[in-house]
Amino acid sequence: MGRKEKSEAKVLSQKMLAEGIFDLWLETDLAMDAHPGQFVGVYPTNKSTLLPRPISICEVDREKSAIRLVYRVVGTGTAEFTLYQPGDYMMILGILGNGFPLDKAAGKRVVVMGGGIGVPPLLQTAKELSGKAANLSSNVTAASVAAVMGYRNQKTFLAEDFRKYSELVIATEDGSVGTKGNVIDAMGQQNVECDVIMACGPMPMLKAIKAYAEEKGITAYISLEERMACGVGACLGCICKTKEVDEHSHVHNARICTDGPVFDAEDIDF
Amino acid sequence: MNTQVEIAGVKFKNPVMTGSGTFGSGMEYADFVDLNKLGAVVTKGVANVPWPGNPVPRVTEVYGGMLNAIGLQNPGIDVFIERDLEFLKKYDTKVIVNVCGKSVEDYLEVVERLGDESRVDMLEINVSCPNVKEGAIAFGQNKDALFDITSRIKKVAKQPVIMKLSPNVTSIAEMAKAAEAAGADAISLINTITGMKIDIHKRKFALANKTGGMSGPAIKPVAVRMVYEASHAVKIPIIGMGGIANGDDAIEFIMAGATAVAVGAMNFHDPYTTEKVVEGIENYMTRYNVEDINELRGIVE
Repeated sequence: MGRKEKSEAKVLSQKMLAEGIFDLWLETDLAMDAHPGQFVGVYPTNKSTLLPRPISICEVDREKSAIRLVYRVVGTGTAEFTLYQPGDYMMILGILGNGFPLDKAAGKRVVVMGGGIGVPPLLQTAKELSGKAANLSSNVTAASVAAVMGYRNQKTFLAEDFRKYSELVIATEDGSVGTKGNVIDAMGQQNVECDVIMACGPMPMLKAIKAYAEEKGITAYISLEERMACGVGACLGCICKTKEVDEHSHVHNARICTDGPVFDAEDIDF
Repeated sequence: MNTQVEIAGVKFKNPVMTGSGTFGSGMEYADFVDLNKLGAVVTKGVANVPWPGNPVPRVTEVYGGMLNAIGLQNPGIDVFIERDLEFLKKYDTKVIVNVCGKSVEDYLEVVERLGDESRVDMLEINVSCPNVKEGAIAFGQNKDALFDITSRIKKVAKQPVIMKLSPNVTSIAEMAKAAEAAGADAISLINTITGMKIDIHKRKFALANKTGGMSGPAIKPVAVRMVYEASHAVKIPIIGMGGIANGDDAIEFIMAGATAVAVGAMNFHDPYTTEKVVEGIENYMTRYNVEDINELRGIVE
């Protein structure tokens, strides 16, 4: 894991991808330490707010020393973020969390699965594992990479980006694109086979992936989300239940911000 | 310029401490700040055995602050001594260990275990956490119970004892007096203020525990008032806290009567806050030609 700091990042671009979903590129030295599946805390400047908003890193451009954040507007903090224009500065805290264990995917058939606002962190993951991009944080390559992404409707944001690095299978809740249903339905219907899953999405989806992986005898790494305060492992706000006793508190609570957000699904007690 | 302050014979290089529970044992924040620059590290509450804490969600933001209901998750005294105290041995700062328990016996066990630990300069007794059902706040909301637990802890404690008081009481002065009468060497205040937030879209409480303790800049005026009232009720030193974000806030607490101050929730906003508060105090002293920080204590009558 790289260094951690709170520092200014310069907005390079921002656009809306779908209703309530925004695509933001930030220039920051922290980009050089960013690993797929890690996240940053982004600070609103509104004085009524206190806490950084945890947002996953969607893509890294090491040549431009930039990170891409694709986020959903959920409250006043993220609403403020949409107002930032190229040339503006934002305060970020990073790089946080562990990220996906790419080494566990070396030479294997990998499926990256995302649902809703869990889709973005899988883009850099697919990019790294595909070996189809230059200047990556690792030199681990998977035997194959397929992306299975779940959306609510035809607003399939980032789909074109995934196609650059992997096959793409889409599931939509309303059936407007791809398989009607969820990502697990799409796996079955489109006969996607794999050895390793790397996933991020809503809790019901992650629970289904854990069950699916157990049934198929494969490994799934899932990225969890929880209300967070410090982001650095001190406040113990964002815990998840684990099968084994955790390192920090010796109970059964791993800290999502520092022990995660990515866990082997087998270790999590849903 | 002198920024050194003294509490119960313990000398702190400056009055800036960390609020228990907001700083771990310093490990997580050592990436951001030089712990050697702080007056003291006040560690996260530790009990005799590991505590799992409350279900999630445990934290939520509110206007000007946050609510938490962590429920004092901690690894227990054995791991704390082996790992956390060991870690703190590397640093030239004072160490104040926050102690929690469900019964008086729990507290006494931890206090006795810490008695022989030379790295521990003081003990802070948490009788004011609003988020655990047994113990903790039950001792901090009744002056007789507070007197009883304080005097029993004082009988076995080898280090000076700070009683951490709850703001969720009718009279902070009465509670401060009870702690002093029972032999407390100092008091610290305020712990968090009990609050509640409802997510109207989900029609659910924002926290699994329903209520949580409020902290952050929005509670500062309440905290300053209580430090002022307590300082006029007792002669023992006071460690003031509640929403401190910068040096000016710290000076305000000192003028209200605090000997030292602690930075809590603002560590989450800016991990460099503690060091900035130290610098801010020095800047204030330079600007107003204050030779000794102790001159400012309780200066407003």
